[in-house]
Amino acid sequence: MPVNADFQGRSYPPSGPYAVTAADIAAFASAVGSDDPVHHDPEVARGAGYADVIAPPTFAVTIAQRCDAEYVKDPESGIDYSRVVHGEQRFVHHRPITAGDEILGELTVDSIRSAGGHSMITTRTELTAGGEPVCTSTSTIVVRGGEDA
Amino acid sequence: MSIRTAAETQAGDVFGPHTVPVARETLVAYADASGDQNPIHQDEDFAKSVGLPDVIAHGMWTMGAAGSAVSRWAGGAGRVVEFGTRFTKPVVVPATGADVVIGGTVKSVDSQTRRAVVDMTVTAGGEKVLGRCVATVQLD
Repeated sequence: MPVNADFQGRSYPPSGPYAVTAADIAAFASAVGSDDPVHHDPEVARGAGYADVIAPPTFAVTIAQRCDAEYVKDPESGIDYSRVVHGEQRFVHHRPITAGDEILGELTVDSIRSAGGHSMITTRTELTAGGEPVCTSTSTIVVRGGEDA
Repeated sequence: MSIRTAAETQAGDVFGPHTVPVARETLVAYADASGDQNPIHQDEDFAKSVGLPDVIAHGMWTMGAAGSAVSRWAGGAGRVVEFGTRFTKPVVVPATGADVVIGGTVKSVDSQTRRAVVDMTVTAGGEKVLGRCVATVQLD
């Protein structure tokens, strides 16, 4: 089934809350090789003006991808996940994601385009905590065309 | 780690290139930390069965490693206010591991907002793996 273009412009109700723990942040920071003590030491983080340890700049993708799941895994979307590759990713941070945050994510399917037999889907997830903006995560996935595309 | 100031930073400043090793274990750790358990990032037989040359790194691991490098240069992980990239080529990670080479060049500094725009160059095996990888960082 081809990617369903009817989903362009669709917005989803907020999903979550996704609780962010210090352990989540420490594991992610270690995995991407960030030794900055603001990820690991709450005293250092508070000294730098944060409420607790903060996440690396790409951590937001872990929450955004959970928000995406409702769309990407919807059979009506026509997305064959085995044919998906990540094309582009962008973050605009309004403040760092911080341990103790309860994040809500609001997903919008910004665009669905076809090019060269592939489909390119751009989704945007607005992450908030306590009603305040935290991060805008924008992702473009490429669904590679199959034999029947 | 001290925070870099806008006054000490100008267009054309460079950092790196730094060589960052990536092993299969690195990708397992990233999969566990991120929740992305796609087997193409861990299982050589599976990766080859879908036409890949070998296990490949998560694109988001590579972007994350670039984020760590620019954060270290700026003086703090909370300093990255905008960060975007294209994933142009996969980083192939054989059983013996691979190296990713990460560098940055300052494109511009806004003395009013004290924000710098940094163009990052990320390669593996001599080829660019991230395209248009640009970070905006808040300096002091």
